[in-house]
Amino acid sequence: MNKLELNEDKVLEVRFVGDDDVLNHILDREGGAKFKKERPQLLVNTKKIIKKPEYDLKEDGIEVLKDKNYVEVLGRDVQESLKNGSATVGGNKVYSFQNRKHPEKMAKLASELAKTPRKNVSYSLKNDPEIMTDIPQCSKGHSPSDEVQLKNNDKSEFISTTRVLRKRLIAPRNHSDSESEYSASNSEDDEEVAQEFEEDTNKAILSPKTQAQNRVVSAPVYKATPSKKMKRDKTSDLVEEYFEAHSSSKVLTSDRTLQKLKKAKLDQQTLRNLLSKVSPSFSAELKQLNQQYEQLFHKWMLQLHLGFNIVLYGLGSKRDLLERFRATMLQDSIHIVINGFFPGISVKSILNSITEEVLDHMGTFRNILDQLDWIINKFKEDSSLELFLLIHNLDSQMLRGDKSQQIIAQLSSLRNIYLIASIDHLNAPLMWDHVKQSLYNWLWYETTTYSPYTEETSYENSLLVKQSGSLPLSSLTHVSRSLTPNARGIFRLLIKYQLDNQDNPSYLGLSFQDFYQQCREAFLVNSDLTLRAQLTEFRDHKLIRTKKGTDGVEYLFIPIDNGTLSEFLEKEEEES
Amino acid sequence: MATSSVSKGCFVFKPNFKKRKISVPIEEYFNEGKNESEDSKLRFETYQVIWQQMKSETEKMQEELNKNLFDSLIKFLQKSHSGFQKNSRDWGCQIKLREIPTAALILGVNVTDHEFTFRSLTEAIQNNVTPYVVKLQARDCPDIKHFLQKLFSQLMDCHVDVESKEEEKDIQKKTHCSMDSLSSWYMNVTQKTDQGKPRKKRTSSQWQSPPVVLILKDMESFTTKVLQDFIIISSQHLHEFPLILIFGIATSPVIIHRLLPHAVSSLLCIEIFQSLSCKEHLTTVIDKLLLTTQFPFNLSEKVLQILTSIFLYYDFSIQNFIKGLQLSLLEHFYSQPLSVLCCNLPEAKRRINFLSDNQCENIRRLPSFRRYVEKQATEKQVALLTNERFLKEETQSLLESLHVYHTNYFLVLRCLHQFTSSLPKYPLGRQIRELYCTCLEKNIWDSEEYASALQLLRMLAKDELMTILQKCFSVLNSSSEKQLGSTAKRIEELLAQLQSLDEVKEEEDASGSQSKGLQKTDLYHLQKSLLEMKELRRTGKKQTKFEVLREKVVNFIDSLVREYLLPPETQPLYEAVYFTAAHTLHEHLNAAPRLALHTALNNPYYYLKNEVLKSEEGCIPNVAPDICIAYKLHLECSRLINLVDWSEAFATVVTAAEKTDANSVTSEERNDIIHARFIRAVSELELLGFVKPTKRKTDHVARLTWGGC
Repeated sequence: MNKLELNEDKVLEVRFVGDDDVLNHILDREGGAKFKKERPQLLVNTKKIIKKPEYDLKEDGIEVLKDKNYVEVLGRDVQESLKNGSATVGGNKVYSFQNRKHPEKMAKLASELAKTPRKNVSYSLKNDPEIMTDIPQCSKGHSPSDEVQLKNNDKSEFISTTRVLRKRLIAPRNHSDSESEYSASNSEDDEEVAQEFEEDTNKAILSPKTQAQNRVVSAPVYKATPSKKMKRDKTSDLVEEYFEAHSSSKVLTSDRTLQKLKKAKLDQQTLRNLLSKVSPSFSAELKQLNQQYEQLFHKWMLQLHLGFNIVLYGLGSKRDLLERFRATMLQDSIHIVINGFFPGISVKSILNSITEEVLDHMGTFRNILDQLDWIINKFKEDSSLELFLLIHNLDSQMLRGDKSQQIIAQLSSLRNIYLIASIDHLNAPLMWDHVKQSLYNWLWYETTTYSPYTEETSYENSLLVKQSGSLPLSSLTHVSRSLTPNARGIFRLLIKYQLDNQDNPSYLGLSFQDFYQQCREAFLVNSDLTLRAQLTEFRDHKLIRTKKGTDGVEYLFIPIDNGTLSEFLEKEEEES
Repeated sequence: MATSSVSKGCFVFKPNFKKRKISVPIEEYFNEGKNESEDSKLRFETYQVIWQQMKSETEKMQEELNKNLFDSLIKFLQKSHSGFQKNSRDWGCQIKLREIPTAALILGVNVTDHEFTFRSLTEAIQNNVTPYVVKLQARDCPDIKHFLQKLFSQLMDCHVDVESKEEEKDIQKKTHCSMDSLSSWYMNVTQKTDQGKPRKKRTSSQWQSPPVVLILKDMESFTTKVLQDFIIISSQHLHEFPLILIFGIATSPVIIHRLLPHAVSSLLCIEIFQSLSCKEHLTTVIDKLLLTTQFPFNLSEKVLQILTSIFLYYDFSIQNFIKGLQLSLLEHFYSQPLSVLCCNLPEAKRRINFLSDNQCENIRRLPSFRRYVEKQATEKQVALLTNERFLKEETQSLLESLHVYHTNYFLVLRCLHQFTSSLPKYPLGRQIRELYCTCLEKNIWDSEEYASALQLLRMLAKDELMTILQKCFSVLNSSSEKQLGSTAKRIEELLAQLQSLDEVKEEEDASGSQSKGLQKTDLYHLQKSLLEMKELRRTGKKQTKFEVLREKVVNFIDSLVREYLLPPETQPLYEAVYFTAAHTLHEHLNAAPRLALHTALNNPYYYLKNEVLKSEEGCIPNVAPDICIAYKLHLECSRLINLVDWSEAFATVVTAAEKTDANSVTSEERNDIIHARFIRAVSELELLGFVKPTKRKTDHVARLTWGGC
C-alpha cells in the first residue's frame, strides 16, 4: 500500500495545500488502513498466504516455489504410482541419527520375533509410565559410567533404549489403558496432537518436556502448524542423540568371538553347497515382479536409442534381469558385459576391450585419456557403429572412483553408445555430480528383485567366508614348482618362520641377516648375493615383501594369510 | 553363465557380420512392448517431429539469449587486441601490453548448461575475431605440461592448412611443448598466411596477427599452480604470442583473486561479463515452448510443478528441464494411444478420418469425452456412442474448439499476468509459470489469492492501470488469430476513456485549485471538514469517475478470466494433448534409491504381495527374506555389531519360522544351512553398504548408517 503511494508522490514539489487536499489525502490513507485491516483477516483464513510474506521478503533471491505444493504433488502421486517404493516413507524416517542402543537388544528382538511365529511383532511408541520402572533392570548389565549417562539423559532417551524391553514386559491391554490416561491428561487440542504422535513411528519425541512445551503454545496457532513444531523438536533431539552416540569412545558389545563357535567360517564352496539346499521362498511373487520388469525391455531399448541411459536400482541382484535383457534384446548387436563387481576390473580394461575387440585396433595408447579421445572420435566419425554397454554394479569398489566415473560418463554421452547399468550401494548416487549426471543422462528404474547377490558377493572377501585362498594357493604352487629346489627351500624356511611367529603380535618379519644365517645353516645359499638374487625373484612374483623396522633393518615377510601358507606347506610335504 | 569368470571382467559379444546389418528400426521398440498399439508408427513419427521442432526452437532461443553477451565479449576481444596492432609507443599501451586481456565470464551454477554456451561462443569468435580458439577443461590439465600439450594440439587443429597438416602432426609429436615453440609456431603461421594467401579467407577479420583466444571452461577446478605458472609464462611471451584469456566462472568473480595471488592477478587485465540468469532462461523456455499454440503438446499442472521444482531445488539446469520435457513428450506418445491427435490442427483433422474402430472406442472411453456426452441430448448421445462417422465429425469440431480454447487461454493468461505481476507481494506469483500452474490446477477465481489480487487491482493508480492496459492491448494484438479481437477493441475503448478522463480531470483541477487552493485554513476548520467528510463516507461516498472506470476495468478482466481460464480438465479430449502422468516423470528423473532400499528391507510386503508378509509399520514377520531379518536385527545395534550375537539372533528368528518342516533334515545340517544363510545376508548387507568389516574388535562389523527402525 505504501508503495503505491510512493509511486504517486514521485515528483517532489512544495506548494500550499488546502484543506480539502489534506482531507482527501488523509481519507485515502484511511482507505488504505481499512484495507490493511482487511488483509490480516484474509491471511488467517489460508495457510498459504501466511507462508507467503516469509519468502516475499527476499525479493531479489531466487523465488521459491511453494515447497508445500511440491510435497503435496508428490504425496498425491503415491496413489497413482504402483511401483515406487520411494513414495511410502518420509525421508526423516529412513536414516535418522543413531541413538544409543542397548547391547542386548538384538538378542531380545530376535527372541521376540521367534516367540511369535507367523505373527507380527510391533514395538510401537506409546508413552507409558511403566517404562520408568524398567530402567534399573535394563541397565544392570552396563558399566557404571553408562548408567550415570543414562540417568543424566532425558526421559526420551530411556524410551528409545528400553523400547524393546518394555514391549516384552507390558501386556497389550496395559498399553491402551495408559494411552487413554495420557490423552485424558491433555486438553482437547492436544488430543489431536497426541494422535499425530502416535502415527509417527519416530523415536523418543514423547518426552514430557516436549509436551510441556506444546502446551505453552496457544491452541489455535498450534493447530495450524503442528507438524512444523514437531519437526523442530525432533531435529534438536536428533542432534543431541547424534552427539550422544558418537561421543563415547567405548562401544558396548559382547566379547564373544567366532572362534569359540565350531562352525565359525565356511569356505566359498561349502557355502554354495549349503545355500543350494535352501528352497527359495516367495518364488511366485518374485516371478511376478520379474515379469513386470521384463515388460519394460522394449521401453528401455526405445529410450536407449533416444539418447537416454538407464540405471537400475533397488534391492536384489539385477544381474539375472540384465542377462535376460541381453538375451532377448541384444542378440543382434555388439555389446559388452562388464562385471563391475569383478575385483580386477578397471576402466583401462573396459577401454581396452572396446578398442581391441570392438574396434579391432591393435595399437597402444599413451594414456587412458588418449585412448578415450580416440574412441570418441571413432564413434563420432562412424555413425553406423553402435555399442551397448551393460555394467553390473557401476558403483563397485573398482569403478566408483571419480576418474573412472568421468570416463564412463563421457563414453555414455556418445550418441551411439548405449549404457544400461545397475547400482546397489546405499550411497551410490553420491558418485555423480551435476556434470556427470548430465553426461550420463540417466533415466532411473526401480527394479527390486530380492534375488540373492550370489555372483556379486562371490569375489568379495566376505566377513564370514573363510578365505580359502584357492587363488593365491594355486599361484603359490605354480610359482614354487618353477623354482629350483634350493629356492623352494629358502621360501619354505621363511614360511615356517612366519607360521611359528603367527601368535606374536609384535612380529615384523624375518630380518635379512637372520634369514641369511638360517639359509646358510641349511646349506641353501653360500653367499648373501645369491640370497639376494633369490629374494629379488620372489619379490617379482610378489611372494615376499620387505619392511623397514624402527632400527633400519629390513624385515622380510610373506603377504599371504597364514591359513593359505600352512595349507601350502602341507601340500608340499605330501608331494615330497 | 557366459558372463562370469574369475579372470575377466569384460565380455565382448559380437554378432556375425551378416546379422549385424539387419538393425531393428527404433519404431519397432515403440510398439512391440504393448499388446494393443494404435497408430504407433504414426505416433512415433509425430513424437520425433515435435521433439525436433522443440529442440531447434530451444537452440534458437538460447542463441538469441546469449547474443547480447557474445556481442559485448567480441567487442572486448577486438578492443583488447587493437593494442597489438598499433604497436604504439605511448606509455599506457606499453603497460597494457604486459597484461593479458582477460574476460571473466560469470555463467552461474548451472554447470551443465555451460557446454552449449561455450560451443556457440567458440563459433561466434571464430566467425568474427580469430580462427585460433582453444577450449580447455580442468580435467585435461593436471599439470602445466599437459596444459601446454593440449593447447598446442588444439591450436594445430584450429589452423586448417591441408599441406602443412602432416608436418605439424610430426612437430607436435616431436617437440617438447613449450611457450617458445608455441610462439615460434605462431610466427610461422601468421607469416605464412600473410605471404601465401593475402587475406583471401579472412576478409572479415583484418588482422595481420589474429590473437589466440584461450577459454578455460571451468576456472574454479583448475589447480592453482597450473594457472599461476601458465599466466606468468605467457605474460612473458605476450609480445610475440597475443593471448586472450576467457575464464568460465560458475560462482563469483572473487574466485579469481582467491585462486591467484596478487602477483599473478596483476598480470591480467580483467573485465567481467555476466550471462543471463538461468531463471530468466527458464521463463523464456516456458514462454516459448509451453505457453504457445505452436506446439500442440501441453503439460498438466503436476508435471509442470515437478519439472520446475527439479529445476529450482536441484540444479538450475535448463538442459535437465528440457530433458524432462523430452521424457514427458515421449511418455505421452508412448502411453496414450490418442496422442496421435497431438499435432497441428489441420493434420489432426485429417488423421481423425483414418482412425480405426479401436481408436474410436478409446475416444469414447476418455473421461472428459464421457462428461461431454452426458451433457448432450439423448439422440446425440446415442449417435456419438454408436455412429463412427458422427463421432469423427464431432471429434473434429471438439479438437477445433480445443485449439481455440488454447489460443484464448494463453492470451488471457498473459494479460492476467500483466495485471498481477506488478502487485505488491505478488499474490499470484511473480512469474507467469506460477500463475500458469495455479490456473491449470483449478478455477483460479475460487482461490483466496485471486480475490486478494483483485482487491489490490481495485487500488491501482491511473498511470499504472494505463500502462498495464496498454501492455495487454499489445499482447492481444500480437496474436495473429482474431479470436479475441473484440476484447482488444474493448481494451482500446477503456484506454481511451481513461485518457479522456485525464483531460477532464485536468480541467477540473485547474478550476478547483483556483477556487479552493488558496483558501486559508486553521486546525479547527480542518478538523471540522474532516468530520464532515467522514459522515459523507459513511452515508456512501460518491465515487469519482476514475474509480468507476477502474472498477469497470477490473470487472472486465475478471470476466475474461472466468470465461477463458477454465482448467483444461473441463475441455473434452484434453487427454490427447496433456501429459498428466507426473509420477512416472518423478520416478525416472528424480528417483530415491535409498528410500527404495529402505522400503524393500523394512516392508517386503510392498513388493512381495504375500499375505504372510503383511505387517504393521515398523515390524517385520519372521518369514521375511533373510536379508530383511538381518537388516532388522542390525538396526538394533549401535556402531559396532558383534557377529556372534547377530548370527545367534538370526538363527533364533529363522528357526522359529521354520519349525514346521524341522524334521526333514538333521539339526546339525539345518544349523549349517542357517549359518550359511546368515553369511549370505551379511555379505549382501556389506555389498549394499550397511556394514563393513572393522578391526577395532575381533569379529565385529561396523554399522554405516544411523538410526533405528
